[in-house]
Amino acid sequence: MSKYRLLLAAAIPAMLAAAPVSAKTLVFCSEGSPENFYPGVNTTGTSFDANSQIYSRIVDFERGTTKVVPGLAEKWDISPDGLVYTFHLRHGVKWQSNANFKPTRDFNADDIIFAIERQWKESNPYFKVTSSNHSYFNDMGMMKLLKSVDKVDDYTVKVTLNTPEAPFLSDLAMEYAGIQSKEYADAMLKAGTPEKLDQEPAGTGPFMLVQYQKDAIVRYKAFPEFWGGKAKIDDLVFAITPDASVRWAKLQKGECHVMPYPNPADLDAIRKDANVQVLEQPGLNIGYLAYNTTKKPFDDVRVRKAVNMAINKKAIIDAVYLSTGVAAINPIPPTMWSYNNQIKDDPYDPAAAKKLLAEAGYPNGFETDLWAMPVQRPYNPNAKRIAELMQADLAQVGIKAEIKSFEWGEYRKRAQAGEPQTVQLGWTGDNGDPDNFLHTLLGCAAAQNNGGNLAKWCYKPFDDIVVKAKSVSDQAERTKLYEQAQVIFKEQAPWFTIAHSVQLKPVRKEVVDFKLSPFGRHTFYGVDLK
Amino acid sequence: MLRFLVTRVSLIVPTFIGITLLVFVLTRLIPGDPIETMAGERGIDPVQHQRLIHEYGFDQPLFTQYGFYLFRLAHGDLGRSIVTHRPVIEEFASLFPATIELSLCAMLFAIGLGLPAGILAAVRRGSIFDHGVMAASLTGYSMPIFWWGLLLILLFSVLLGWTPVSGRIAVLYYVPSVTGFLLIDSLLSDQAGAFASALSHIVLPAIVLGTVPLAVIARMTRSAMLEVLGEDYIRTARAKGLSGFRIIAVHALRNALIPIVTVIGLQVGVLMTGAILTETIFSWPGVGKWLIEGINRRDYPVLQGGTLLIGGIVMAVNLLVDVAYGLINPRIRHSL
Repeated sequence: MSKYRLLLAAAIPAMLAAAPVSAKTLVFCSEGSPENFYPGVNTTGTSFDANSQIYSRIVDFERGTTKVVPGLAEKWDISPDGLVYTFHLRHGVKWQSNANFKPTRDFNADDIIFAIERQWKESNPYFKVTSSNHSYFNDMGMMKLLKSVDKVDDYTVKVTLNTPEAPFLSDLAMEYAGIQSKEYADAMLKAGTPEKLDQEPAGTGPFMLVQYQKDAIVRYKAFPEFWGGKAKIDDLVFAITPDASVRWAKLQKGECHVMPYPNPADLDAIRKDANVQVLEQPGLNIGYLAYNTTKKPFDDVRVRKAVNMAINKKAIIDAVYLSTGVAAINPIPPTMWSYNNQIKDDPYDPAAAKKLLAEAGYPNGFETDLWAMPVQRPYNPNAKRIAELMQADLAQVGIKAEIKSFEWGEYRKRAQAGEPQTVQLGWTGDNGDPDNFLHTLLGCAAAQNNGGNLAKWCYKPFDDIVVKAKSVSDQAERTKLYEQAQVIFKEQAPWFTIAHSVQLKPVRKEVVDFKLSPFGRHTFYGVDLK
Repeated sequence: MLRFLVTRVSLIVPTFIGITLLVFVLTRLIPGDPIETMAGERGIDPVQHQRLIHEYGFDQPLFTQYGFYLFRLAHGDLGRSIVTHRPVIEEFASLFPATIELSLCAMLFAIGLGLPAGILAAVRRGSIFDHGVMAASLTGYSMPIFWWGLLLILLFSVLLGWTPVSGRIAVLYYVPSVTGFLLIDSLLSDQAGAFASALSHIVLPAIVLGTVPLAVIARMTRSAMLEVLGEDYIRTARAKGLSGFRIIAVHALRNALIPIVTVIGLQVGVLMTGAILTETIFSWPGVGKWLIEGINRRDYPVLQGGTLLIGGIVMAVNLLVDVAYGLINPRIRHSL
């Protein structure tokens, strides 16, 4: 009898070990590997997705919106002149630990100052660790914008700017501004392995990294001491699956719960699957054709208007975007605050276009180039096909367009240098602020060489408005300014606005409360499984 | 044998230098630079661009860059990835076991099926089996890997549910890396079901990757065997009353092996090329997918280092094949 008891005693733990794990594990079929675990030098959404689970930021975007809400800072004050931001930090925020780092203190102001100075000051010993290319920090203009960052006390930080910048809080809510531990950084520097800070991360976010195998898996565990409360799921797994059709096959089989970027060809089948729902939202993006307003004949607004009327936008949406795009009227997407609903799009009217061309001195049309990107982008599934459709439409009004394309890097370089007469490109918003579209893509500063204003359109009445809107902190007033800017944009027509692509996210039905991010990011805090 | 080995190894050195030069020049010929590619629609401030180009040394004349590259290479430094900023050798070492594991399984599948199929087709020349093997191998050889992989996933994973769709092991298992070979590590980990999961994950990718080598091996075995089976000594063996099996296995196959081994050796290169697509379809974390990403991101150090290491491995395997000739046919050793 005692022999049986012994066997039983040995067998029970073994059976328990082999039993299916009861923890709630959510599997996300991500599309690629993160570049590393330091968001400050990341350049891809894939990397931001992997890192935003681990790190918290001073402020955050409310899940599923572009609204800025408290993060590591509980509240903040802005001086009347818009130059000084005082952040009041949360108390009792715990750091995650790992094999290299066992925190001895909670998060405090030193960490905020370290995180900012690491990207800002070349004298910081971490400035060049991993990379000195703090891409988003630079692109958001932080280098020139920041005047000083001071610790008032352990839980108060004062940031002083050189000029007022209304989108500043939104800029700080972006993933690149994830906060790392100064204590961990110092320890790694002392140990002579500073790069470990960015390879074996420890943040204050809802999930802690357990395992990363390049091109295979990123495994996280819910951080029980997360300042916002423990996540509803216990484990989060990113199963790296680069091929869209394979992602769909895995979702279908239940091998993953959420997948990004479905293949348009699979959409019908996905929609028919009873176990899957497709979440949809117009993306925070725009695809456009920019007219180079410094080159003839596009320096004449009548020609630009005429071309706008000569192209059949609906045909492009139907043929190229299928169910994944909505016609764009304004340069900002309809989901963005300050979108002007009153503006009417230029009608498709080849006869009127011809008449306008004649008025502008081109009764027999003219010759132009028509640049098309060589790659598929989130806002434009097939630029070459769109260019072919445009070419056919333009031929109807006598305009002979020659389609041109280059290697992707070369294409952008030449386009930014102002080489083309007309060029297709697009934009995906970074921070949900209209400034990120209207000033970044259409302001005079961006019209200079190598700037993002491909129309090279520097129109003072418009520029004055968008520059002023940057310095006003009242959102209602900013809304009025941006609405006005959109009216001017439509009148002057520096672009033919093509479409805003729709973000589609197939999600299995057992997933509860997954919210689409307007930025196309994937956040799993707050998500549950049935 | 020593002389033979020394001659072969001495040939490797110029080949190796040739690869470094070719890869270096070819990567620089791809339009676009890595900094520009990383910037995306955002573009990059020209001053910042220039600073980074200078930091990576891309503003130096090409021959200076190549000189530095060779110098670092001589010191065992393959550089750091521009994207992940990790040492290339470290990334390669973490990914290569997955490629080896997949390639070995694919090769086992190809040899295990191709060799007997080719022998039987030769022995039963002109039969339905012979025609069947030839038709199947031609189809297998012509099958685009991408299409073939997706087709098998749809059939076996989605429709029949026999195999997992992709990956190396179910996410349920957390197998610590000991050897890097998951089939071995899963056994060592002592987790119930981990080995079965790893095995079920490798079946489809191994079949897909092994299909082209299988077709080539089957056809080569058939033709080599046909040639040998027509020889006088086979007729003599038959006349002596030896059993059919002994004639085929001992007298014919041994003599037919030289071209077959050559083809098997050459398939290593084919496997490496095929691995790039197979790994992408099956989300297999090997060096193939890593190189593709390297091309897309213009990650020069990854491209240079990865190609060089793979080139070195292919050369080493070919050397082993040459040594194997000597073992199979002593005349080759003696002729050198």
